[in-house]
Amino acid sequence: MAKVTVDGIEVEVPNGASVLQACEAAGKEIPRFCYHERLSVAGNCRMCLVEVEKAPKPVASCAFPVADGMKVFTDTPVVRNARRGVMEFLLINHPLDCPICDQGGECDLQDQAYAYGHDSSRYGEAKRAVKDKDIGPLVKTVMTRCIQCTRCVRFAAEVAGTPELGGTNRGENMEIGTYVEKALTSELSGNLIDICPVGALTSRPYAFVSRPWELKKTDSIDVLDAVGANIRVDSRGPEVLRIIPRVNEAVNEEWMADRGRFSFDGLKRRRLDRPWVRKDGKMVAATWPEAFAAIAHRLAGLPAERIGAVAGALADAESVLALKDLMAAYGSTNLDCRDDGATIDASRPDYWRFNSTIAGIEDADALIIIGSDVRREAPVLNARIRKRWTAGKFPVAYVGPRGLDLTYPATHLGDGPAAMGAFAETLKAAQKPMIILGRGALQRPDGAVVLAAAWKLAADVGALTPDWHGFNLLHLFGGQVGALELGFLPGQGGKDLAAMLDGGVDALWLLNADGFGPARIPTGTFVVYQGHHGDAMAARADVILPGAAYTEKDATWVNTEGRAQRGRLAIHPPGEAKEDWRIIRAFSEGVGKTLPYNDTAAIRARLAEASPVFARIGEVARDGCADVAGPAATGAPTDAPFVLPIPVYHQADVISRASDTMAKCAEVYGPPPALAAE
Amino acid sequence: MALSDKDRIFRNLYGFEPWNLQAARMRGCWDGTASILAKGRDAIIEEVKASGLRGRGGAGFPTGMKWSFMPKQSDGRPSYLVVNADESEPGTCKDRDIIRHDPHTLVEGCLIAGFAMGAHAGYIYIRGEYYNESVVLEAAIAEAYEAGLLGRNAAGSGWDFDLYVHRGAGAYICGEETALIESLEGKKGMPRLKPPFPAAVGLYGCPTTVNNVETIAVVPEILRRGGAWFASFGRPKNSGTKIFCIQGHVNNPCNVEAEMSIPMRELIERYAGGVRGGWDNLLCVIPGGSSTPLLPKHICDDVLMDFDALREHRSGLGTAGVIVMDKSTDVIKAIARLSAFYKHESCGQCTPCREGMGWVKRMMDRMVTGEAEIEEIDVLENVTRRIEGHTICALADGGVWPVQGLIRHFRPLMEERITAYKARNTRLAAE
Repeated sequence: MAKVTVDGIEVEVPNGASVLQACEAAGKEIPRFCYHERLSVAGNCRMCLVEVEKAPKPVASCAFPVADGMKVFTDTPVVRNARRGVMEFLLINHPLDCPICDQGGECDLQDQAYAYGHDSSRYGEAKRAVKDKDIGPLVKTVMTRCIQCTRCVRFAAEVAGTPELGGTNRGENMEIGTYVEKALTSELSGNLIDICPVGALTSRPYAFVSRPWELKKTDSIDVLDAVGANIRVDSRGPEVLRIIPRVNEAVNEEWMADRGRFSFDGLKRRRLDRPWVRKDGKMVAATWPEAFAAIAHRLAGLPAERIGAVAGALADAESVLALKDLMAAYGSTNLDCRDDGATIDASRPDYWRFNSTIAGIEDADALIIIGSDVRREAPVLNARIRKRWTAGKFPVAYVGPRGLDLTYPATHLGDGPAAMGAFAETLKAAQKPMIILGRGALQRPDGAVVLAAAWKLAADVGALTPDWHGFNLLHLFGGQVGALELGFLPGQGGKDLAAMLDGGVDALWLLNADGFGPARIPTGTFVVYQGHHGDAMAARADVILPGAAYTEKDATWVNTEGRAQRGRLAIHPPGEAKEDWRIIRAFSEGVGKTLPYNDTAAIRARLAEASPVFARIGEVARDGCADVAGPAATGAPTDAPFVLPIPVYHQADVISRASDTMAKCAEVYGPPPALAAE
Repeated sequence: MALSDKDRIFRNLYGFEPWNLQAARMRGCWDGTASILAKGRDAIIEEVKASGLRGRGGAGFPTGMKWSFMPKQSDGRPSYLVVNADESEPGTCKDRDIIRHDPHTLVEGCLIAGFAMGAHAGYIYIRGEYYNESVVLEAAIAEAYEAGLLGRNAAGSGWDFDLYVHRGAGAYICGEETALIESLEGKKGMPRLKPPFPAAVGLYGCPTTVNNVETIAVVPEILRRGGAWFASFGRPKNSGTKIFCIQGHVNNPCNVEAEMSIPMRELIERYAGGVRGGWDNLLCVIPGGSSTPLLPKHICDDVLMDFDALREHRSGLGTAGVIVMDKSTDVIKAIARLSAFYKHESCGQCTPCREGMGWVKRMMDRMVTGEAEIEEIDVLENVTRRIEGHTICALADGGVWPVQGLIRHFRPLMEERITAYKARNTRLAAE
């Protein structure tokens, strides 16, 4: 520890800390543009200059290491003059177009100009103008506003691992760009908007939409991947206008993935906003009582074992629990939440969780990825792996389609399960080896065997110890783990998804279940679809119950680690759509099987009873592995190559498939269209 | 007292003799190099310290002390010597003559300096425009390799030393030591933050010392003749001989090796044939390359050419590129040209330099015609103060000092220009 005196206040900071950190520890605010906690230090904006005793010149506090006994002054004439000078220089070539700038109201330059700017300009020369760059459908550029802080360059190179941005030319003519104009290929590109301290990089979908002070800000959870990024939903009236990340060091740090950030316009399109009932083969708009009556009528005559329910990728824990309780009331044990057909062994939680935890990635020292493109399945988690890789001494290998670009070097072992063992020696040599098994790797006939083989690999290489659990299953969506935690799975004598689709049931209740093709449902099966988007499955339904999307309900979500987090209602569901668990509760009352809860607190108390996960919101137990016994499975996996579960990153779920923004992305980033001659 | 020929270190500065190894040996190069190295690292550094040699690249940092910052014991990382031959300071062309006419002084110096800092490899970063010079240098190095003076057991000293030449692409900023290292690593030439200093984290993250060509080239002679001999020239703390590049309005522009602390007037009159039209026709002199503030005639009359004397007059010795301007010069235009140069060469990393240099340049352009307000001279001066000392490297400082020097010494001329412009324009308006 070093003792540093900042403006007479004595603080102790760790050796190697920067003067800026010492100043913050002393409660002094240091203005800055280029400095960002999670990026390397550039020290080029010169806004954070402070005086240090015995230093001949003011020093850049972000880059200057502390020394014991150092005396720092943050408010002397020299410092004030330096900061005002820097601010003046930044503003002379800045367009000062705040009234038409989307950053207005949340702009570092604007804020700091209040503190350090002049009321008038001494600059009478012509201002510099810079040509805007087209870097894709998500990030809009107004490069004349750029102050060349290079945060975006460092983010792209360091965090995102796609070094596509850089500065060309020098001096006054320096421009940030991609050199050869192209769309950024990162799945984390939206974060550039957040880290840009000015209005040079702004959100294209949000352009000229709103001012920050007009927005209602609701803390919530992203469910479009299984990371569970903490987000803030900014809404105005009935519309979500943008989604930005919140800081959660254990989950997403301060990043979020593009699909979660930009899909929200899909919340306004293809919505199921009223109940529908199929009459004489045609869907007819109905009222809630009519829809409930239709279901009750069909279920009334059926034996319990002919009724089934499937929960899908975007189902919240409350509604899954309510549906499970409703099915229990009917006496049915035909439940399944693995609507994508993944053969997850649900007999023990650590068979399906990301046991090392996301923060735990930073402790691992070797990694094998099996059947997963982590970069596209969980971009933020992939950034954590990259962060670990950047720290050094972290061998990574993967099994799956050749040529995956994970943003860090990884050895390709092979296409199919047989190649899994090829990395065992490296893993064995590591103290904390880590295995990431993609959920996609289990969506195959021999999935159970793959799961068992991956577990066995973990056990063999010493990844399963009382202090370290190196086996990790990476899920794809925010609703998948919660349903597993609640045991939404075939009960005693119950049928699983395949059996149900094989004619095992006559009535099927689908809760956000869009993971399989509707054609697999036998003709004649009565289908209740409860969900929020009119995707393919809704078209197959006999009754549609319009539910709420994740931004429209107070709901609990469990991420891939088994961390329960609460999403909150930002806007109300459209039309007659309702919160999902309330729909099921209302139905249960109508059929005389009233569920024993009628408000959020009561159902949450019931959730906490059902699984301890829901009793510790926001937290996750990071346990070692107490029992190395693996999932049961017989036989050896086939050598069929792994197929990645998300073919198009930008259109992976019902919300993003309804989004115009994501459609544009899919067009830009997707495979080039086939030539007419082909 | 003029420096006698026997005390000149660069005996072939004018290229009257061949540059090759054989001729260089006749001039005394590579004489007893092994026995110099046999004295050991510490003895060499002590000798260089005793000589009072200060870096010849402009900043004037004591060379022996700089070498002593290099780690004595390697922590597993190699040490590197980097020679800065990116001589881009306007008004300076001393390294060029050393390399093309006397390259073996440099090559031998690299071996000795490399040994003194525990480096087995040295890189000479030569500016791209010095193509012919790089050819000579490469040939000289090849000769040295062939004669066993470089490579394994260099010059029979038992020390392995390899020397490489790297050509730059002609950016002024790449003469800044950390930008040079970046460029050498293949990156964009932008100065690094200090600390860490190159002696701790330099080229490829390893301990590195960057020295100017002239600094390295004088080392063999210092060690052969003793630090005391070198220290006997010039005033204390400003000792030694130095190549001055005298140019501009003199009768005989030249590079000349003279003793430090020589009076400026003597330097110009003895070696460069005096100011065009006589000493009284002198307007001002930029004493140390374009970065140093100019000195008007009344200071030039008796100022000594060394680090401390010039600093007393708020200028500097810099690289000793003496730019002489007689009374025919439009000094405002001359300085405006320098402002344009620095604006062009700013790397664009730090805000004050990136934005400020363009501002200064544009104001200077208006000062040339007089299309300005008299109060703007104060704005200009204030802007230069806000640039100076607020950046990572010294380019910005060097870029604004000439302007500060101009305002300090020629403010009446600038005001006169503005008034005249106003008078002309007022007349036009009345017509």
